[in-house]
Amino acid sequence: MTDLADLRSDFPILDQKMNGHPLIYLDSASTSQKPNAVIDAIDDFYRTTNANVHRGAYGLSNDATDRYEAARARVAAFVNADAGEVAFNRGTTSALNQVAYGWGLYNLKPGDRVLLTLMEHHANIVPWQLVSRHTGAELVYVPHTGDYTLDLDAFTELLDDRVKVVGVTAMSNVLGTINPVRQIADAAHQIGALVVVDAAQAVPHVAVDVRAMDADFLAFSAHKMLGPTGIGVLYGKAELLETMEPAEGGGEMISDVQLDSSTWAAVPHKFEAGTPPIAEAIGLAAAVEYLERIGMDAVRNHEVEITGYALDRLGAIDALTIYGPTDTSNRGGAVSFTLADIHPHDLATILDQRGIAVRAGHHCARPLARSLNAPATARASFYIYNVRSDVDALVDGLQEAREIFGVA
Amino acid sequence: MSLNELYREVILDHYRAPRHHQHVDSPDGTAEGKNPLCGDEVTIEVKLDGDVVAAVGAIGVGCSISQASASMMAEAVDGKSRRQIDELIRKFKVMMTIEESDEQVVNTERPGAALGDLEALQGVRKFPVRIKCADLPWITLEQALEAAE
Repeated sequence: MTDLADLRSDFPILDQKMNGHPLIYLDSASTSQKPNAVIDAIDDFYRTTNANVHRGAYGLSNDATDRYEAARARVAAFVNADAGEVAFNRGTTSALNQVAYGWGLYNLKPGDRVLLTLMEHHANIVPWQLVSRHTGAELVYVPHTGDYTLDLDAFTELLDDRVKVVGVTAMSNVLGTINPVRQIADAAHQIGALVVVDAAQAVPHVAVDVRAMDADFLAFSAHKMLGPTGIGVLYGKAELLETMEPAEGGGEMISDVQLDSSTWAAVPHKFEAGTPPIAEAIGLAAAVEYLERIGMDAVRNHEVEITGYALDRLGAIDALTIYGPTDTSNRGGAVSFTLADIHPHDLATILDQRGIAVRAGHHCARPLARSLNAPATARASFYIYNVRSDVDALVDGLQEAREIFGVA
Repeated sequence: MSLNELYREVILDHYRAPRHHQHVDSPDGTAEGKNPLCGDEVTIEVKLDGDVVAAVGAIGVGCSISQASASMMAEAVDGKSRRQIDELIRKFKVMMTIEESDEQVVNTERPGAALGDLEALQGVRKFPVRIKCADLPWITLEQALEAAE
């Protein structure tokens, strides 16, 4: 099944006009839209089952707890993890902060290196910078090649005994590039370094198997995979989660609290301080169920198809530069581009007048933007509800931009 | 809302050929303005002769609105006294204020009156997310003038 057009009616938000035109949403790499199945699951939870989890000695709380833990099991299975290896948090950003502050802070020291890629989102850069101020560890970056893939020779060269942790995005939110995480993990493990995978873009769009990747930690967000905002997932290998310290303290994550110190609850609850995002977990589980019903292979096939079509049509526009691989086999559905000397914000405004939503800017990856010598790009990103006519509308809008700006 | 109101010829001209797009020798005041969300950047440098702007530089990268606004602003303030510039800033702010009230006319002045080329930026008001682009150089100018005092 490569034509998922029938699914569009599952997404109520798409049935509206923006600036007098049907809404064409091309910003799913930023956040995805939500199907009725997810909206209804959250609505139903609040109407029928809402109570706090893991504390009430009454039926409703038990029901809420059961559904919360069932959601965990479902989400864990989606990436081939055990329920005990998956902690809920606010999103990829807080998951990566947990690793930096819970593992990095206690294990890094001066002279150590954190090896990141230049493709990382700020969420896999800034936490390491913050922690480095305490540990004295140094941040080093793997560049990319001219074809927008990771420079694996440079990676091999940089990977020495000083490297204690490798941070890599499984799929770039700007370039779309799919990185060879397993290959990177194998090399990193050879020298005893841990691998922290930012899978915020990968999990929504391709089948992710944490064991096949051999990731030590892996983070993703619900809201980019049809689920609600406010909840994300941190996967960690069981033995690492056992020894990692919690980055946040509070209720629900303790075993006992004395005046001066406390002991932690068992994994994964020691990483879930305070009342967790309960309804959001239910919503995320519904999103996983929805994706599983379609099948991640079908999701991927659709994305390859529509991204290939977009690359063809955009590539045919004179003076349009695409930043990312042109081969759909090693890229996702985020297509970043510039058009002549028209600034991406101007493109976004012109497209918005036609009801087309694209992102413009540095996409929370300024080091990458600098390395591309493109401080800002426009980005169209696709998901299961996008169709070829969305790409056609984008191309028409870009033609209008050319006319307005007098680009020959 | 018409895109033609936003992207006037004169705006595109200033975007493509920005005036005063060069550093000023030993400026009395310099300020850098950034819109971190969209990445627009502009640096304003002023050299004063008494209370008159003897030279102004407006250097930046960003969208057509922010860069055209910087270029037109630099042209407008060059050679003007501090008092004239304050009046210009006031008029520009009035022009950029969104008027939606049916009850009363908030601004009695004709927006853009006596602003010359800058009047071309009037159309920005109809695109609220872009107002901050047009404002950036002006806020930065105020900071540069403060730094010069």
